[in-house]
Amino acid sequence: MSSPTSLLEVRHLRVEFPTRRGTLLALDDVSFDIAPGEILGVVGESGAGKSLTGAAIIGLLDPPGRIASGEILLDGRRIDNLPYEQMRRIRGRQIGAIFQDPLTSLNPLYTVGRQLVETITTHLGLGAAQARRRAIELLEETGIPAAGQRIDQYPHQFSGGMRQRVVIALALAANPKLIVADEPTTALDVSIQAQIISLLKRVCREQGAAVMLVTHDMGVIAETCDRVAVMYAGRLAEVGPVAEVIHRPAHPYTAGLMGSIPAMDEDRERLLQIDGSMPRLNAVPPGCAYNPRCPKVFDRCRVERPDLMEVEGTRAACWLHSVQTELVR
Amino acid sequence: MAGMFTRFFDGDVWHSFRSSPVAIAAALIAVACLFCACFAEWVAPHNPFDLASLELMDARLPPAWVEGGSGKYLLGTDDQGRDILSALMYGARISLLVGFASVLLSMVLGVGLGLLAGFVGGRVDAFIMRVCDVMLSFPSILIALLIDGVGRALYPNAHDVLAFLVLILAISLSGWVQYARTVRGSTLVERNREYVQAARVIGVRPLRIMRRHVLPNVLGPVLVLATLQVAAAIITEATLSFLGVGVPPTSPSLGTLIRVGNDFLFSGEWWITIWPSAMLVLIALSVNLLGDWLRDALNPRLR
Amino acid sequence: MSNTPLVEVRDLSKTFDVSLPWLNRVLERKGRLFVHAVDGVSFAIERGTTLALVGESGCGKSTVARLLVGLYEPTRGSVSFDGTDAALTLASRDGLALRRRMQMIFQDPYASLNPRWKVQEIVAEPLREHGLVSGAGELRERVGELLRSVGLAASDGEKFPHQFSGGQRQRISIARALATQPEFLVCDEPTSALDVSVQAQVLNLMKDLQRQRGLSYLFISHNLAVVRHVADRVGVMYLGRLVELAPKAELFARPRHPYTRMLLDAIPDIHMSGRSRTPVQGEVPNPLQPPSGCSFHPRCPHANERCKAERPLLRMDGPGVQVACHAVEEGRI
Repeated sequence: MSSPTSLLEVRHLRVEFPTRRGTLLALDDVSFDIAPGEILGVVGESGAGKSLTGAAIIGLLDPPGRIASGEILLDGRRIDNLPYEQMRRIRGRQIGAIFQDPLTSLNPLYTVGRQLVETITTHLGLGAAQARRRAIELLEETGIPAAGQRIDQYPHQFSGGMRQRVVIALALAANPKLIVADEPTTALDVSIQAQIISLLKRVCREQGAAVMLVTHDMGVIAETCDRVAVMYAGRLAEVGPVAEVIHRPAHPYTAGLMGSIPAMDEDRERLLQIDGSMPRLNAVPPGCAYNPRCPKVFDRCRVERPDLMEVEGTRAACWLHSVQTELVR
Repeated sequence: MAGMFTRFFDGDVWHSFRSSPVAIAAALIAVACLFCACFAEWVAPHNPFDLASLELMDARLPPAWVEGGSGKYLLGTDDQGRDILSALMYGARISLLVGFASVLLSMVLGVGLGLLAGFVGGRVDAFIMRVCDVMLSFPSILIALLIDGVGRALYPNAHDVLAFLVLILAISLSGWVQYARTVRGSTLVERNREYVQAARVIGVRPLRIMRRHVLPNVLGPVLVLATLQVAAAIITEATLSFLGVGVPPTSPSLGTLIRVGNDFLFSGEWWITIWPSAMLVLIALSVNLLGDWLRDALNPRLR
Repeated sequence: MSNTPLVEVRDLSKTFDVSLPWLNRVLERKGRLFVHAVDGVSFAIERGTTLALVGESGCGKSTVARLLVGLYEPTRGSVSFDGTDAALTLASRDGLALRRRMQMIFQDPYASLNPRWKVQEIVAEPLREHGLVSGAGELRERVGELLRSVGLAASDGEKFPHQFSGGQRQRISIARALATQPEFLVCDEPTSALDVSVQAQVLNLMKDLQRQRGLSYLFISHNLAVVRHVADRVGVMYLGRLVELAPKAELFARPRHPYTRMLLDAIPDIHMSGRSRTPVQGEVPNPLQPPSGCSFHPRCPHANERCKAERPLLRMDGPGVQVACHAVEEGRI
């Protein structure tokens, strides 16, 4: 469902990887949208396809991966079928990207200032002196002390956390409407993680940018996001407001995930364990992808694949809820 | 064993081979040359070393398709009546023999020293690397010449086998440095990997760790290097033989043939030198192309 | 069963020489550079219990792990295992016997197994090395038993590591570590590289094994929630020093050291209880230039002059609790 005010709409996205042993379906009919200024978390385990979703939106799918069908609309315009040059311009100006490893996100041969100024002059068309002033402002906004001097330093002279702040500054440099952040805090220490999360929230609210935050860490999602999408085996399992999904998960997989996370506030002898593991892309079971591991599985799950359906407050792809609505009726 | 074969043919390397026409062509040519060289006694139309079968009347005949040539000697004959085609096969055998043997020796020496340097580190590593640096500053031909010269000075009347050994030693000593440096680099990486640390925690002795854990994992690039070095070794041997300091004259390699044939180039008997040269180029090229393909095929897996 | 702790570490230190090569030092007129990766750490592990060491990157917890199993030699201090000095024993003829009693599990499930060996050979290696089985049949049986005990099938022995997922590979590592029936396992971030649901499986497995076999663990992690789940006692490290050591319940209920409090505050609150959090200041300093006195003072809201000058020592502050902090000692916090 898309509202006319959605900034980003993803409709029925399918991403394939043709290999010599057949075509792997990495993303299977994924649909969601993000409103302006909203932070959407995309959470899942390795192989669920969350990073691929981010890559598809930015237009940086590694060949031979390609978008097989579906649409991606930014501000009402389709961006999935644009030629390279147009996409490149949109990518810098309207979409900013933050990746996991701050070490490789910055070019080690250029100063931080030069990389910032380059982005600003390319996308905002400011003159060199103005761009430099704006760059210093950005560095100050992201909490880098002595920005006026540090702007001329090289990436290796910054620590990991500082580098990630520079990367955030770089992503925000052109005032994008959408930021795609792929595991921005995973490589950082826990104390720095907290700083970066609050920084991200603050600057995005200030600039009014929408954020798609991809991560495997539910804690980060709980702290940062407004809504969250849970992915499993290339499909969406559940989408909804963060409080709902975390405290009242509608999909058994989400419930299993929440149960396996060791809690800080209670002691449990054993963690909830989901037996088995996520199916490989070439071995996804028929029907609901989660059915072999689901404690509440019944016959329909093994045969028919569920779509996202409304469940008080969120949407989950699970036949349990269609049964319930039928029973209620 | 059968399992290994099925895995190989199912794997990415074989698939990459099948989809590369260059690799297939190069492999076919290399295998053909190898076959002729190995089975020269049966494949060659004549035996150029059998003095009794030579006919001086047939000396200096051009190739069969040129006017004056004879179908009996497909590529022509040299000044003694020896069939060039047969001489090529026997000559290729010598060249390939020397090439493979010296690469094998280089490999053993280089991989061994590289493993030692990488694994032990410290002064041993520094010493071995300085030796490598020194050897790299000499052109390999000069090193080969040097060792060959020393060998001949020490044993001026050496019989053939010794001459071959000195030659093989000379070529291998000029080429081992590449292996040492490559293997040392890989060893430094693998040494800090957790499976090596796990072996140390279990209590496995360092020598066993080097042999059973590290060595299999650093051999990949060595294989590629060895393939490329075979071509280089053959050319080095040809150069040395061309200069007259290579194989003994009683077992002419391709290089000897080229040298001998050179003298006849200006009297118009081009075939005596051109065919051995073409064979040399063919072998070197096909082995090089195979090495190139192998490096690229193994690369994505190493990533 | 004796009452002495199984593992006792006293004033353990490890300094790495990271100086530039001699030529560079002479030409650039620079001195030698040292990193005090571990600086005077002391603790004890009782039999059948789990001690967890937490800290952020650069705090030295991985180095402590490696010092304990003999991968590094201590620069200072000692490690005693069951009453005898470990470093001396490892260097002697009895070293192999000692190695049988302690084993290690590593962080990276992809790098801790030799990619070219079959699982069968990987798990059999300790058995072979220590001569614990005679004959191929018995070896195969033992390996099958070990694989089953970690939740895999005996037939998995015929496969190669790359055919398994991260969680399964970590189980293979555990099977290998258990082969010699050790009493002590050092676990270096064993679940950090695993997905949350797989982590739960591996943590449950480790707890079960501990109960069944009476194992003692040294559990290294940066994840406080995981530590809370597995540990009996927790040690917090910062820049090579132990700043707090306490029973788990005490540490989480009443963290005393300012760094411990900061760490606990920094953990994202998954249940969004809305608790107030003090924002975190600064970053871990460069280990080549550690701050003087208490190494945490640049980031500490309670630092005074004494903290900048004098290094605090671990002192008792309650039942089984040790803290290295002047402010706690002086009663300021």
